[in-house]
Amino acid sequence: MAAEQIDIIDLACERDERELFARLDCCLQAGDVLQVAGPNGAGKTSLLRILAGLMPASAGDIHYAGRSILGGSGREFWRRHLLFLGHATAVKATLSAEENLSWLCALDQPVDREAIWDALAAVGLRGYEDVPCRQMSAGQQRRVALARLRLQTAKPVWVLDEPFTALDRAAVQVLEQQILAFARDGGIAVLTTHHSLDHLNEVRRLDLGRVC
Amino acid sequence: MGSVLWQLLRREWQLTWRRPGEVLNPLVFFAMVITLFPLAVGPEPALLQRMASGVIWVAALLATLLSLDGLFRSDFEDGSLEQWVLSPHPLTLLVLVKVLHHWLMCGVMLVLLTPVLGMMLALPWSVIPVLCATLLLGTAVLSLLGAIGAALTVGLKGGGSMLLALLILPLYIPVLILGTGAMDAALQGLPVQGYLLWLGCLAVLALSLAPLAIAAGLRIGVSE
Amino acid sequence: MSWTFFHKLGSPKWFYEISGKLMPWIAAFSLLALVVGSVWGLVFAPQDYQQGNSFRIIYIHVPAAILAQSCYMMLAVAGVVGLVWRMKLADVALQCAAPIGAWMTFVALITGSIWGKPTWGTYWEWDARLTSMLILLFLYFGIIALRMAISNRDTAAKATSVMAIVGVINIPIIKYSVDWWNTLHQPATFTITEKPAMPPEMWLPLLVMVLAFYGLFTLNLFMRMRLEILKREHKTRWVRDALENNS
Repeated sequence: MAAEQIDIIDLACERDERELFARLDCCLQAGDVLQVAGPNGAGKTSLLRILAGLMPASAGDIHYAGRSILGGSGREFWRRHLLFLGHATAVKATLSAEENLSWLCALDQPVDREAIWDALAAVGLRGYEDVPCRQMSAGQQRRVALARLRLQTAKPVWVLDEPFTALDRAAVQVLEQQILAFARDGGIAVLTTHHSLDHLNEVRRLDLGRVC
Repeated sequence: MGSVLWQLLRREWQLTWRRPGEVLNPLVFFAMVITLFPLAVGPEPALLQRMASGVIWVAALLATLLSLDGLFRSDFEDGSLEQWVLSPHPLTLLVLVKVLHHWLMCGVMLVLLTPVLGMMLALPWSVIPVLCATLLLGTAVLSLLGAIGAALTVGLKGGGSMLLALLILPLYIPVLILGTGAMDAALQGLPVQGYLLWLGCLAVLALSLAPLAIAAGLRIGVSE
Repeated sequence: MSWTFFHKLGSPKWFYEISGKLMPWIAAFSLLALVVGSVWGLVFAPQDYQQGNSFRIIYIHVPAAILAQSCYMMLAVAGVVGLVWRMKLADVALQCAAPIGAWMTFVALITGSIWGKPTWGTYWEWDARLTSMLILLFLYFGIIALRMAISNRDTAAKATSVMAIVGVINIPIIKYSVDWWNTLHQPATFTITEKPAMPPEMWLPLLVMVLAFYGLFTLNLFMRMRLEILKREHKTRWVRDALENNS
């Protein structure tokens, strides 16, 4: 499924009376990868959360396929297309990798056990299917969360907050290639990271420190 | 739709089963608070019998309240709630299942323990079924109302258990009055159907309105 | 229907200007009503044939109690307006009215208990009205505490709005259950405000006092809201202009 166009229109964000960014305009089309960059406290995470529809913006609007995502049918449509991976990964420490993924996918579309095992093998967690996530390292827990990118294939928009955190170098490369392949197939990916993506020519950059 | 609710119930069950302490602690608290009363006021059966329903109800109310504090907190901290909010499924139904699970693990368990404690407080066997029935209906209301407070205080750093009590205890008063009123009637041999019907009304009212407030509270908490 | 009026109402600047013009009138009216009502009630109204002069405390007790209850209703209305139409002014009103409501509840409780001494012979009687008032005070405390606990202003406003709405749905249930509990546990002793047919010489000053309390409440609310608006909008141009013109 190809992504529709995302329009960020005159967006502003205020936190506790402090303006993080204002008059932000941006247009994303199928095939785009956008890295939101900026120093700490520039509002990267806030922008991603507003984009996901978790946080209200203080001004402006976001359109997906020409409809506002802030309410009504536009929001429903957006939620069906959006895969959001927050800074907190929603992985429960007491549940096993398989149970976690089974539930997180069921929140949208249930997936079967074989698909989960395949996805876990693809992120290098073969043999960890039944291990409670609390016994895993931070990087392995992150991989469990990232396995959702392989399972929820019907989602054409990814919004990823620091997806590279705690991953080793090999896993970082795999994820980079996965994001590029996803974009080539008509997806849109928006992500924040402190890890440099300059070597990837396809990635657009949005510098929040500069906008304000 | 049905399948996601069933999956949620299964997930909650798995989570509880791996941390049985979270179910046991409110029960032990309930039993301990009730034990304190004979020690404080003396063991005369007549006095205990007169106080029994009030003591059991207040202890059940406090045990429910304490167990509710963490209802949404771990899901909030590990980011699960964000995924719930973004799910295409209605948040009201998801939270309803979550509260239902809480009631099964807290309210129903308290009811199972009640006959023994009632007997220790010198309640005659004939009124124990009434006590259990009122508690069964009443704890459902307690869980639903308390979950509103738990949702509104979910984002507070450093725990909001005292604030939760402050917000929710006044709302618990009607349930307490009806529950203990039914017990007084039963002890005097008067009919109790009226009380049970009223408790049922409150349960239906809470069942239909509380999930809306809980979902609104969680959306507010997640948006911070 | 034109919505411009409604949106104007939501504008802090508009509210600041219009409330500034209204306040002297409200102040004059409520002071006049307060003087007339209290002199009339305390000096000229006839004595009660059972309670003598002690009944005169109703000229404070009843207005405070009425105001305490209607203030909670107002909180819920402000909560709905704030949540549905995202009107910032409603949040300001909710935040500023809650402490006044709590004070009024407190005044009603204190005067009720002072009144209880000559009539019941005790300062505290578990009377249905007093108990409901006490619970109302707890509900106010909950709202104020929730507001203070949440640091983000918008989040706090939304959370207190939800709590006020939940509270207002529960208030009738609480009230009826407490009334009923009261009749169960003690046969009705001596209910004062339900006495048949208070003569006009008694209730007319009471009416004036109720109006005076509403006036004072509005005045106090406006003053608090104006201060809060100045604090919130201190960066905007109109606030600077307004402050310069004042000084």
